[in-house]
Amino acid sequence: MKNLNSIFAAYMIGWGVFFLFFLSVVKRSNDLRSEVERLKRSLLKEE
Amino acid sequence: MLRRIILGAVAIGLVACATFASFYIAPEERTMGAIQRIFYFHASTAWAGSTTFLVCFVANLLYIWKRKPQYDWLGVTCAEVGAACITVVLITGPIWAKPVWGIWWTWDARLTSTFVLWILYICYLLLRTLVDEPERRALLSALFGVFAFIDVPIVFGAIRWWRTQHPAPVIMGSPGSGLDPVMKKVFFFNVLAMHVLALFLVVERYFLERTKHDVELLQREVEAR
Repeated sequence: MKNLNSIFAAYMIGWGVFFLFFLSVVKRSNDLRSEVERLKRSLLKEE
Repeated sequence: MLRRIILGAVAIGLVACATFASFYIAPEERTMGAIQRIFYFHASTAWAGSTTFLVCFVANLLYIWKRKPQYDWLGVTCAEVGAACITVVLITGPIWAKPVWGIWWTWDARLTSTFVLWILYICYLLLRTLVDEPERRALLSALFGVFAFIDVPIVFGAIRWWRTQHPAPVIMGSPGSGLDPVMKKVFFFNVLAMHVLALFLVVERYFLERTKHDVELLQREVEAR
């Protein structure tokens, strides 16, 4: 198969972009969930 | 949560099958050879990106009309997923172009309008970071989103209205254009797979936006005490 390196690069970089995007969503979700927990705790403390 | 995991598994399964079909079921194109197989990934991702921008546009219009935060969350979600799709399109395109055209990039109508589309949605996302007040941020970005969508039909029409470097359309093109029946089936299977993947990413990103809203509410409650 000619140009196999280019095909491989296109697919790998493409999937890499989607994977990184998914990872960033997961990371941001986890950060926000811990922030929600922290804020709930601080509200409970004040009560 | 289980539904989201199932959707993710279905998306990965479909994408794996579509990639397999692109390499082992679709016949080799006569003039370009194996490099043409990038088409299945490149074009189907572009279609998925356009669909997410269309949903973003509808969500933006609905926000302007009804002012419900859910439409704003859907708008930003689709803008981000669409921008990720167009990033992939802008990377895979030049990798395909170099062996076929001999150049990585040229400022032809389709390439330039796609690049402008990417810039517009990056600006949409940047604009949201500049405004703190949630209602104002939602309204401004909805208005900008409606404006940004104008470029989507231009990208679609660019290879139909002007004949430049990018190949003429093989789907919904002029009479005489078209794809081999097996290639067509593989292409539409890739389109389906990329749309399911985009849907999965939209769902995940939407939940993130909803959690962000919860944080803002809690922060306001903490500050009010």
